[in-house]
Amino acid sequence: MQITVSTFGQLAELTSPKIIVSDVADTVMLQQKLEEKYPCLQNITYAITVDKKIIAINTAINAASSVALLPPFSGG
Amino acid sequence: MALLNNRTYERYDRQIALKQFGKTAQLKLLNTKVLVIGAGGLGCPVLQYLAAAGIGTIGIVDDDVVTLSNLHRQILYSTTDIGLPKANRAAFVLQQLNPDITINAYHTRLTNANALELISEYDIVIDGTDNFASRYLINDACILKKKPLIYGSIYRFEGQVAIFNATDENNIISANYRDLFPKQPEEHEVPSCNEAGVMGVLTGIIGMMMANECIKLITGIGTPLINKLIIYNSLNNEIFETAIIAKKETTNLIPVDEKAFKAKQYSFHCLTEHSFIDIDIEEFNRLMNEENTIVIDVREKGEKPVVSAFQHINIPMSILTKEMPVIHQKNILLFCHSGIRSATAALLLSNGSNKVYNLKGGIIKWMAHQQK
Repeated sequence: MQITVSTFGQLAELTSPKIIVSDVADTVMLQQKLEEKYPCLQNITYAITVDKKIIAINTAINAASSVALLPPFSGG
Repeated sequence: MALLNNRTYERYDRQIALKQFGKTAQLKLLNTKVLVIGAGGLGCPVLQYLAAAGIGTIGIVDDDVVTLSNLHRQILYSTTDIGLPKANRAAFVLQQLNPDITINAYHTRLTNANALELISEYDIVIDGTDNFASRYLINDACILKKKPLIYGSIYRFEGQVAIFNATDENNIISANYRDLFPKQPEEHEVPSCNEAGVMGVLTGIIGMMMANECIKLITGIGTPLINKLIIYNSLNNEIFETAIIAKKETTNLIPVDEKAFKAKQYSFHCLTEHSFIDIDIEEFNRLMNEENTIVIDVREKGEKPVVSAFQHINIPMSILTKEMPVIHQKNILLFCHSGIRSATAALLLSNGSNKVYNLKGGIIKWMAHQQK
């Protein structure tokens, strides 16, 4: 099972605007895989959305889920 | 209470003509007080459109002065305004645009010492600032004072917009910034506009979205961005929308009362008041020639401008955050592009037995000063 993760802002520059991740069942597993692939994510603030909702707890995902990583922007 | 006379009616006639808007909505705008914090890239378009639309009272908070590099996006200012306080110049321009409204200029930095008093005078707060310390401070102050907050921020070609802390008809308070990003990131995690660059048009678009949300919130037309965040990408015109849910745990991150708010350390500068010293250009130039002193550039390899005017070494932030170098000199002078990352570096390097100094405004300001 493959999941495409969309990223924004600085996260897209540090990783990729679309990251393909395989074999993950929930957001904790997803985060582990992403941090293995991109260690810089360990030190960066970001929020995870699943199906266009910010998640606060471990959330199940499947091939149909839309997942995104949102970084905070500070510019003005 | 402000009413419509013949002149003001004519001024707002084209929006009053909108069926969903009408006289009722116009009167709501005229009787609302909005505080805009930051009169920069986002603040300028917000202010211009809110003043034109007839918000009855507008407050402008900004401690900065106009510089030449502001003018490509901070569209209320002219070349002749360089060096003048933004809050006062913006107030002057807006009052000419609309003499029928009240405009209050506060040429001061919003801090946890003055935020609650300032915010309590207004009905809605708009955050057009450019740093995390201010954004978290404003969020927390709005929660304590129960004021809705219109939020906008940008990074390169993208912008975020949301309304936080709005109260609905059932007295339920919507999600706030900490429901999205609970803890304040370190300033160096995300480069500022000075460092990352920004298109003037983007701040215009995001600023106008913020003004639009403000008008919708006041008048009750449309669906305001409550419990929602949008991210707009100006390169491909995509808009990503996500729901934000107000969480119980977020309450634990907000100062419990006004006293706790005033004691909370939001800025790295506050936090490290006693461990490093912010210095100006004259002091920097004087100290670099002192004995037992080292000058360190904490920018990443390859960052411009290249500095050849004085002796220094380069230890990039990315290395400093991983491994602490051994520095034998007693005085450490730090600089980066604009003085934000070097303030964080100063915090890391200060150990009690050395004296750590941070060049305020960074090498950009230093170079501009040398060219005078």
